[in-house]
Amino acid sequence: MITIQGKGVSTGVAAGPLYFYRRAKGTITRFTVEDRDAEWQRFKDAQAKAIEQLGELAEKARVEAGDEAAMLFETHQMMAEDLDYEETIQGLILDEGQNAEAVVTDVGAQFADMFATMDDDYMKARAADVKDVSGRIVGILLGIVQGGIDSDVPVVLASDDLAPSETVQLDKSKILGFVTSGGSGSSHTAILARTMGIPAIIGVGDQLKEEYEGREVIIDGGTGIVAVDPDEDTRVHLMKKREEQLKRLALLNQLKGQPNETKDGQKIKIFCNIGDPSDVAAVLENDGGGVGLFRSEFLYLNCDDYPTEDYQFEAYKKVLSDLDGKEVVIRTLDIGADKQIAYFDMPKEENPALGNRALRICLNRPEIFRTQLRALFRASAFGKLGIMFPMVTSVWEVKEAKKMCDQVRAELDAEGIAYSDDVEIGIMIETPAAAVISDRLAQIVDFFSIGTNDLTQYTLACDRQNNDLGRFFNAHHPAVLRLIKLVTENAHKHGAWVGICGELGADLELTETFLSIGLDELSVSPRSVLPLRQKVRETNVSEVRERLMDDLMSDANTI
Amino acid sequence: MKSFEYVITDPVGIHARPAGIMVKEIKNLIGTTVTIAKGEKSANALRLMAVMQLGIKQGDTVKVTVEGGDEAAAAATLEKFFKEHF
Repeated sequence: MITIQGKGVSTGVAAGPLYFYRRAKGTITRFTVEDRDAEWQRFKDAQAKAIEQLGELAEKARVEAGDEAAMLFETHQMMAEDLDYEETIQGLILDEGQNAEAVVTDVGAQFADMFATMDDDYMKARAADVKDVSGRIVGILLGIVQGGIDSDVPVVLASDDLAPSETVQLDKSKILGFVTSGGSGSSHTAILARTMGIPAIIGVGDQLKEEYEGREVIIDGGTGIVAVDPDEDTRVHLMKKREEQLKRLALLNQLKGQPNETKDGQKIKIFCNIGDPSDVAAVLENDGGGVGLFRSEFLYLNCDDYPTEDYQFEAYKKVLSDLDGKEVVIRTLDIGADKQIAYFDMPKEENPALGNRALRICLNRPEIFRTQLRALFRASAFGKLGIMFPMVTSVWEVKEAKKMCDQVRAELDAEGIAYSDDVEIGIMIETPAAAVISDRLAQIVDFFSIGTNDLTQYTLACDRQNNDLGRFFNAHHPAVLRLIKLVTENAHKHGAWVGICGELGADLELTETFLSIGLDELSVSPRSVLPLRQKVRETNVSEVRERLMDDLMSDANTI
Repeated sequence: MKSFEYVITDPVGIHARPAGIMVKEIKNLIGTTVTIAKGEKSANALRLMAVMQLGIKQGDTVKVTVEGGDEAAAAATLEKFFKEHF
């Protein structure tokens, strides 16, 4: 087995024979033309033909990969008729009498170079677009038909770097995956591969040799691994992964866009837990309805010192804009206990789970909290934001935190900085104390999110990281479920919505119970969204509610 | 001649796709010449690649100038377009 490491840019596992993309190459000769006007006309004809082809490609891409992909070819059309580009070509043909093929090749390279030398990754990547457009016009001038895949069975396609137009023109039924030696994650090949759901790995360099042609490969677009002649272990491992992915994909096709609604019409929101702005892709891929828990700790963990307001603002803003109006609940700093950060310089505690953590740190060190709240409110102008405080035990804590929110708003007003007046304020319910006084807490917040991992740990007095406590740590314990029921009833009594953002939310054995209790939202890891949606859609709450609630609340000793 | 200044908020700056749509929009503004300037450098807004070459990034201030035709309407249209796309 030969293992090659590249960069995975489109997830999924594919297995099949390796096939090298063959590009039809014409030889460009240089000569002086006799009839310059006729040569110019020849260019204009080829340009018109290119624009027509690009229009057809745009429509093909629209059907296969959506408007975004189509727009790419429309941009190519505009590049093909760009005035600077055209005038430069015109000058070389009419004034100097050079032949059209040579001129377009040169001018294409010249414009591509201008992009390639720009100080901006996005613009650098545009060099490929200009080359692609010029290559198309040259191809038309030379009468070349672009190469396809000459194989009866589907293949894993290898190439140096595919131009976007090449990617779209290919017969997709023949392609299991892409491996390219060059390319970047923001190249169109990567983007198109992702939208079309074809695994892709880029940047494998010269490790991929043409002599591997026809040999069996398995590629994993998640990890960027290309295995040529895979051994048995690798094959079994990756094929299992592939099966899971196919199942998920089938589920996705069946459930994407469908409401999270039970057979008898009860609805529940299914949101996602994320820990990094880059996780947003997974939320959208899995059709999550929003973000129910965005852990802000990564901002602090990625830095050697307290992250600045602007740094935080950019991260929050990115997630809010990417979610495009869907609600995003961002949890304020939740460190301490098992998450320690050196520059916070916290004294060592005997019992960190019961120590100075989360909101407690924020209230004790308001300067840190204020920076985060300012960044959050500033970002609120870019989407639908909920702010959530972790580790609450008393009403006064929430009041103090809300007072700081008021102060931050007043500051922003004074500075003339925009923020949304539609920001929801909520708290995590992770302590038995918060659950028991949730009737009072519900009156001063917009929502609750139940953190079942900590709620279980504190309710059962069981350290969740102690493996020896396995059978004592039971998240299905009636004490935990009764607290969830109590919290939900109290929230609804006072007009607050309530969700779960712990791992329990994705536990399909409890979905019927949660629906019966009447939770408004479940926030789960992105990959759990669709299985959960499926479970919700199979449930008939009116059939199970009475039995489940009786079981939960009865004084019988049998459970 | 009318002009306005705008601070780019889009994380990618003025990129190909919206710039392409902008070119289309400007073609509809009959008789108006639109210039985009960033600092010393400027480009005719109809020239897609020249506009991209300005390398306009998030946070940059650009000055958009319209000349000829219905300048007031053109400036208003473009200002709205910039707010929506850049």
